[in-house]
Amino acid sequence: MSIDFIGVWIAALLTLFIFSFLYKDNPFYKFAEYLYVGISAGYFAAYYYHNVMVPNLFVPLQNHQFDYLIPLVLGITILFRLFPKYSWVSRYGFAYSVAMGAGINFIVYLQANAMQQINATILPLISLEGGFNLGQTISNIIIVIGVSAGLVYFYFSKPHKGFLGSTARLGIWFLMISFGASFGYTVMARISILIGRMQFLINDWIKPTIALISGS
Amino acid sequence: MNRYRALFLLALLASTPYVFAQVETSPEGGELLAPPSNFIAEDTPLDNGNSISLSWNLSPEDIIGKTDIEGYIIERSTEKETGYQKIAELPAGTTSYTDTEIENKKNYYYKVYSIGKGGIHSEPIYAGPVIASTQWFNPERTNMLVASILLSLFVLYFIFRARKGEKLYIRPIAGLEAVQEAIGRATEMGKPVLYIPGIMDMDDIQTIAGITILGKVARMVAEYDAEILVPCCRSLVMTIARETVKEAYLDAGRPDAFKTDNIRYLTDDQFGYVAAVDGIMLREKPAANFYLGTFYAESLILAETGHSVGAIQIAGTAMPSQLPFFVAACDYTLIGEELFAASAYLSGEPLMLGSLIGQDMGKVIILAFIIVGSVLETFGVDVSSLFLTK
Repeated sequence: MSIDFIGVWIAALLTLFIFSFLYKDNPFYKFAEYLYVGISAGYFAAYYYHNVMVPNLFVPLQNHQFDYLIPLVLGITILFRLFPKYSWVSRYGFAYSVAMGAGINFIVYLQANAMQQINATILPLISLEGGFNLGQTISNIIIVIGVSAGLVYFYFSKPHKGFLGSTARLGIWFLMISFGASFGYTVMARISILIGRMQFLINDWIKPTIALISGS
Repeated sequence: MNRYRALFLLALLASTPYVFAQVETSPEGGELLAPPSNFIAEDTPLDNGNSISLSWNLSPEDIIGKTDIEGYIIERSTEKETGYQKIAELPAGTTSYTDTEIENKKNYYYKVYSIGKGGIHSEPIYAGPVIASTQWFNPERTNMLVASILLSLFVLYFIFRARKGEKLYIRPIAGLEAVQEAIGRATEMGKPVLYIPGIMDMDDIQTIAGITILGKVARMVAEYDAEILVPCCRSLVMTIARETVKEAYLDAGRPDAFKTDNIRYLTDDQFGYVAAVDGIMLREKPAANFYLGTFYAESLILAETGHSVGAIQIAGTAMPSQLPFFVAACDYTLIGEELFAASAYLSGEPLMLGSLIGQDMGKVIILAFIIVGSVLETFGVDVSSLFLTK
């Protein structure tokens, strides 16, 4: 039995331990859970050190790029959480992190969730590409009405009554229909992941094990 | 006669290299190829620097299907005459290259020459000096600037109005109406409240929204004398969540009831985190589960496990691909922007309320652009390109 095949056995058993969760909580699941959490936490600590700290801090500092001392100091402020008397210092690091995230994402969200969506939604209500195109016309009208009604649903400053209420209800119908389509699509993708795992158990574990036992 | 013909042929043969095949030779003795022409090196426009764009016209011998040219070599130096080093070898037919391995505010010289089979090459042609620099304003993104300023002005205006004491209306959000009910249920059953602030870090806007709502939920939990568990996927989120919950307990006048260990870090790994949270659900049997933040493939696993232990579940995310799962498996779901509106709704703070109403005004303008723009597009007026972003 090769080292690789021992690895396959460990992976297969851990897969079954995790699947045992479908029955109920049990010691096998607990074992796999704790092992997974412990190993992944340790792995990510090493990963962040080698892939974040070293290339983004230590290497620039070695190259005398002393502006990198600013993030170093901000990072060190967070460690002040360990000293209750000076834990207030950590707020500078946190404040920078949160504000930086909000500031960068303001532009990212405005571009991706507003400008590009508007660009894609402003469509001719009668499509005349290569003559009158009924299918494209219906598609364009549905997109314009659907997006407009969806926007009205996310309007918070007025009570959803009367025309506003009806439009908002139409908006939520559009949202739910799109969620339904997305649900079906994603479930299919998840089933393919399950099939992949089953194929691993059958082709990489059960079949070679039977072959090993039978000596063929 | 034959003698004159032979002399004529001899003279013709002797002149042939000059008349029919003026083939130049390389210093190594091989034939030289025709070089490319019109070589231009310029600072890449509208970028943040550290980039020089090179362009040239193809060598006259670079013809598809007939060429002996295999490609082009580009060399770079910081001095005009010497020190050239190869930076790229490009296939035949290429007419441009962007050099991004350079520093700003430094002179660079380039040369390009064509290469063929057997090591033959053309004479190089030169360009430079050229300096890379940062352009602080990108005119192609003027629409983004206008939109940002307009939205910011709306937000600031309504914050100003809210601070002056004007009562700003926000419509009820179904999921938030249920927060009190969920915490009350947990209190009655003597079971904890489980709060998941998503799986992303503090630079994610949804995590920030999730943590803001956590503060309000934790305060309610403290007032009801219930218990809250906050397992975190990121260490920074854990630290900020601890700070937030601690402050909420202080505000509620219950600092003694705050338990640091209830807000804990598990692992950065997505499915390792899910396995651990599922374990917590099965063992602690929380009466109310909150999933508010950024979620990916773990959303349904979490929500289904929460459902199986009989918890009342309130979810909220702006991830379109995960919303269907929360809608299907949770009792209440904050859809998209409702997550961001929730913190304003719960807190009633002028800053947040003004911000929310300001964004609403932005939506009204967007709606107007979509409707009017679509009508104009129908009549052949191009409006959509106004919103094209690069």
